[in-house]
Amino acid sequence: MMLSIKNIHANIDGKEILKGINLDIKAGEVHAIMGPNGSGKSTLASVLAGREEYEVTEGTVTFLDQNLLDLSIEDRARAGLFLAFQYPVEIPGVSTTNFIKAAVNEKRKYQGKEPLDALAFLKIMKEKMALVEIDQSLLSRSINEGFSGGEKKRNEIFQMAMLEPKLAILDETDSGLDIDALRIVANGINQLRNQNRAILLITHYQRLLDYIQPDFVHVLYNGRIVKSGSKALALELEEKGYDFITEETDL
Amino acid sequence: MNEDLDMLEQSALNDYKYGFVTNIDTDTIPKGLNEGVIELISKKKNEPEWMLAWRLKAYAYWLKLVEPTWANIKHPPINYQDIIYYAAPKQKEQLNSLEEVDPELLRTFEKLGISLNEQKRLTGVAVDVVMDSVSIATSFKEQLSEIGVIFCSISEAIQKHPELVKKYLGSVVPMTDNYFAALNSAVFTDGSFCYIPKGVRCPMELSTYFRINAENSGQFERTLIIAEEESYVSYLEGCTAPMRDENQLHAAVVELVAMKKAEIKYSTVQNWYPGDKEGNGGIYNFVTKRGICLEDYAKISWTQVETGSAITWKYPSVILKGDHTIGEFYSVAFTNHHQQADTGTKMIHLGKNTRSRIVSKGISAGQSQNSYRGLVRAAKGAINARNYSQCDSLLLGDKCGAHTFPYIEVKNKTAIVEHEATTSKIGEDQLFYCRQRGIDAEAAVALIVNGFAKEVMNQLPMEFAIEAQKLLAISMEGSVG
Ligand SMILES: Nc1ncnc2c1ncn2[C@@H]1O[C@H](COP(=O)(O)OP(=O)(O)OP(=O)(O)O)[C@@H](O)[C@H]1O
Ligand SMILES: [Mg+2]
Repeated sequence: MMLSIKNIHANIDGKEILKGINLDIKAGEVHAIMGPNGSGKSTLASVLAGREEYEVTEGTVTFLDQNLLDLSIEDRARAGLFLAFQYPVEIPGVSTTNFIKAAVNEKRKYQGKEPLDALAFLKIMKEKMALVEIDQSLLSRSINEGFSGGEKKRNEIFQMAMLEPKLAILDETDSGLDIDALRIVANGINQLRNQNRAILLITHYQRLLDYIQPDFVHVLYNGRIVKSGSKALALELEEKGYDFITEETDL
Repeated sequence: MNEDLDMLEQSALNDYKYGFVTNIDTDTIPKGLNEGVIELISKKKNEPEWMLAWRLKAYAYWLKLVEPTWANIKHPPINYQDIIYYAAPKQKEQLNSLEEVDPELLRTFEKLGISLNEQKRLTGVAVDVVMDSVSIATSFKEQLSEIGVIFCSISEAIQKHPELVKKYLGSVVPMTDNYFAALNSAVFTDGSFCYIPKGVRCPMELSTYFRINAENSGQFERTLIIAEEESYVSYLEGCTAPMRDENQLHAAVVELVAMKKAEIKYSTVQNWYPGDKEGNGGIYNFVTKRGICLEDYAKISWTQVETGSAITWKYPSVILKGDHTIGEFYSVAFTNHHQQADTGTKMIHLGKNTRSRIVSKGISAGQSQNSYRGLVRAAKGAINARNYSQCDSLLLGDKCGAHTFPYIEVKNKTAIVEHEATTSKIGEDQLFYCRQRGIDAEAAVALIVNGFAKEVMNQLPMEFAIEAQKLLAISMEGSVG
């Protein structure tokens, strides 16, 4: 098992948002999480990434045989957990290239490897740029500063490609993308899909799942996973909306 | 959240690496200041009569002044009678070569990363090193003199080039300029002197490294740079001091004179001991730096990276006297713990078509206070004067302060003065984003700070840029992309 979430409860500012999440993810699998606005999807992603505003009050998370909740934010990242943010943050003055180079070398250091020199780094960067068809000019700009919504999302997937995570959590990477960009980004993600890597896709739209075929689909509602199924579940949701599930649960 | 803030505050707390003391016999005079002390200093330096007279005049003037209080700084009163005004490492009277420098001193400077051995130096930087009150050695002197460049200690210049010293000393910063300039004029002990003759582009960086070693002593250095017509020089200044519990005073005066079409680029990496985390000890850095673009098309550019000192009070300025002259000021001031910095510049536009540019980046951490204070003045005759000022502040944590005091005095309608200011804070979201990518908070802060300061750092000569980057605890910014 790559990731095993058992009965996670989490609060923010004293308000319980996650109310007992259970989820197991194996290497090579793609899981999609869907659910209405405010149901706790981003919260789950943040808790896994270690955001300190969230207090985990109950439950355990095992990631690659380690107790994930014991690791610092940066060690979780270095161990292979990657979060593509729903709202990537702008950091003025820090060039995207330098930022990614720092990230890549931190990870290498964690693995006991030498840092990449500028040349080797640029070579890898060139390869991965092609993957998400990202423009070089974007990478010399300050990270995310003034990027369009779509450019930010593309940059997240570019970073994923550069960091080669074990587990990638993609929080609404599809929202804000135009039709062509969606196809390109989805393509990139598909190419990054392999038997050693797991992907957790958070999305509102079946559209993305046409491109990236998930092995499992879960519905998160009011802090709990209320239904899990195959790809067919996403199609059913698209057709009927969340009501058919939420009404069931609310009863 | 709080943990992150703690890390933010800690990230800047790199321990001061230059705080050691060199054990060397020091020739010191008793504490205190009076005419006798000034006479003694002058005698120790074997100065001509006119120099002593100049000093005594400055002293008499200083006695009439009171310490200024307008800066945004706080400190207990300074007891000027409790300071040693002359301290010199004991070594042979006259050095014929660098080999004769006391090995203990050579080791000290090796430890500080300053190699005095000319053969060992790969980079073309000539260094004058000043320990406490005296200049220890100046490298590359001969090579420079072949092209007519004079680079020596000010003491030596007083002996060997009295006509130049007499003409220019106090011509930019008069002894009556301000309290600390008057004090410096009375008691200055050493510093550097550079003279670049007409048409010469100085082929190497000239640099002075200042070190305070002795206890209870103050350092009062005096630097004078003269660039004749169509000459160019890039001058660097660095400094460190041992960690001591008491505050030590450093009151320097730097004067620059640029003639027609001459250019002087003056860079400082100021790393005096800042005091400990509780705010004990550290250097009071009260400095008057000013340049004058005396003739047309001259250019003076100040670049400073200020990381040290308990208190910094300093406004490197340019008087744009000639027509079409240019003044620039690029500054990064980083304060931490209980450090206080009140720094900025003055651009005095007198000539026609004069231009100035001010880029100030203040970074405050811990409980420090960081103020930018700048004056832009366009006189009546400064037709078409242009100034652009940009003052950015970055706050690390929420116990520090950033302040901006821009003063603008425009006396003619054709002048255009622009001022922009921003204040930003490193946000939790930004830190989380970095940490999620495996970059810990400390490295993230360094990355952000470096990005923030980049525009100024890029102005520094290569070798200094590296030192300055290390100072800001920075890893790789600027090497790619
Ligand atoms: N600081 C806070 N205090 C109180 N409630 C909060 C706080 N932060 C988030 N919440 C609430 O937590 C709930 C879950 O938010 P979350 O961002 O996880 O939803 P989501 O499922 O990702 O929604 P969306 O689909 O809109 O992205 C929301 O109701 C939100 O308002
Ligand atoms: Mg969300």
